Amino acid sequence: MNPILAVALKEFQDGLRNRWLLSISIVFAVLSIGLSYYGSLASGELGTASLSTTIASLSSLSVFIIPLIALLLCYDSFVGEQESGTLLLLLTYPISRGQLLLGKFAGQGCIISLATLLGFGSAALLLAMSGNAAEVFSAFSLFIVSSSLLGLSFIALAYIISLLVSEKSKAAGIALLLWLFFVLVFDLVLLGLLVGVEEGLTQQGLVQVMMFNPADLFRLINLSALSASDVNGVLSVAINSEFSPVTLMSVMLGWIVIPLFIAQLIFSKKSI
Amino acid sequence: MKKSILELTSVAKQYGRLKALKNIDLIVKEGEVLGLFGHNGAGKTTMMKIILGIIKADAGAVSVLGFDPSHKGAWEGRKRIGYLPENVSFYDQLTGLQVLTYFARLKSVDNKQIAELFEKVGLSEAQHRAVKTYSKGMRQRLGLAQAFLGEPKLLLLDEPTVGLDPMATKDFYQSVDLLRSGGASVILCSHVLPGVEQHIDTAMILNQGQMVASGSLAELREQASLPVSITTQGINGALREVPNLAGFMVTNNQLLVPESKKVNIIRQLMQFESISDISVESASLEKIYHHYLNDSQGKSL
Repeated sequence: MNPILAVALKEFQDGLRNRWLLSISIVFAVLSIGLSYYGSLASGELGTASLSTTIASLSSLSVFIIPLIALLLCYDSFVGEQESGTLLLLLTYPISRGQLLLGKFAGQGCIISLATLLGFGSAALLLAMSGNAAEVFSAFSLFIVSSSLLGLSFIALAYIISLLVSEKSKAAGIALLLWLFFVLVFDLVLLGLLVGVEEGLTQQGLVQVMMFNPADLFRLINLSALSASDVNGVLSVAINSEFSPVTLMSVMLGWIVIPLFIAQLIFSKKSI
Repeated sequence: MKKSILELTSVAKQYGRLKALKNIDLIVKEGEVLGLFGHNGAGKTTMMKIILGIIKADAGAVSVLGFDPSHKGAWEGRKRIGYLPENVSFYDQLTGLQVLTYFARLKSVDNKQIAELFEKVGLSEAQHRAVKTYSKGMRQRLGLAQAFLGEPKLLLLDEPTVGLDPMATKDFYQSVDLLRSGGASVILCSHVLPGVEQHIDTAMILNQGQMVASGSLAELREQASLPVSITTQGINGALREVPNLAGFMVTNNQLLVPESKKVNIIRQLMQFESISDISVESASLEKIYHHYLNDSQGKSL
């Protein structure tokens, strides 16, 4: 068997075995169904929320959860195997370090992508039954694809951590810090700049800076596809931005490819 | 003339300022079993890693199955190399069967061999249980099964008998002998010296990255000039009369003689009418090992 496929298969089966796939899918499904039915409560209405509101609130929640899940799933991918000695053993097999990395990425990436498809997809199905199916599917397909990309990007970032350190506990700590940085600190600093520094950032500048954060990028992608009336706050600038979802998606792809590339670079220099 | 499977020529490796290996020369031929001995940190594992192509030697030439192991050309050859690391705990959540299936896939080994290997290492019963329920010995046997995948031409075993009970150890050496008779070469790293002797052809002793001795056990004994102990029954001090034997006497019934004179002296002893029993004991591997290590330490001090 092709070594990449063999590793991917093993990682995927691991994800099935320890119920990662199942639990992530359920979390996503419950979130999206709950938000689509009760999301409008926040704005003081009862009844099914509009599709835009649903997507908007879903993406602001997913932006916290998906990176966390991806980091949790993958932070010990390499450091765990290094600690148990299997990494050393694997490297004596006819598999290159690049193949091992790609195989793991394929397997664990499939777990995250499949979970978003199953979880959010099931919600989309439910919504489609009670509303405009075509509209629901087009909105949700963009959301599902971008969620998967967000997950993949944080998997790649988790690999960098996992390859940099030599202790599992350290990897867990750094992963948590990374998560805090991208989903909280980054935005707080941006907000501070916007409010505190006069003429420090233009709207356009803001959108550009947000490209340096995959989590913000994810929000941009989903919000830019919505109608402006449903989105309030800072992020409404995104809707007026000139970047199309396609451009934003390709930047997101960059957030997957470049960290993977860095991970491979670290791996190839790592002494086992 | 047997083909050489492994050749190291003045190999050296340095980690920062620590010289892990200095000027190592080694040839392992087809079907030969080499015992690699030394304290912790003597460079055994480093040497194995170089042979396996996990790290590159700083100097010298390495050839494994005809290829430089760090070179792309050695890729295919890796299927013919088996390795058992010193401390490996396999994927705890998986069953033994799942673990071995994974490694078999990576080595492109036919699934049929998996059942045979479980049979061979005596894990057939336990193959459907999770590895986390395995005892230390069972894990070690799973590791051995993994190393035996794909009928290797070269086996590197790091402390293979640690955690094995005497029966399992015996079984293990039997499978090593079997592989050897099939033409495989084995490098055996071990702290456990008793019991290894009869299963190895040559030995290499490392100390602080330096090769302090290398050769067949007989050669090492010769070089070390460690005496052979001959114990006789029934002569009872009559040897004191014989001038060229008296010098070797330790007690009335025991002689310590150099390896080179062993046969002549035995011949002479057999002339005694009164002799009822004789036992000849060459210096054990343990004695040789300590001799060379003390020797090298004396030099380096």
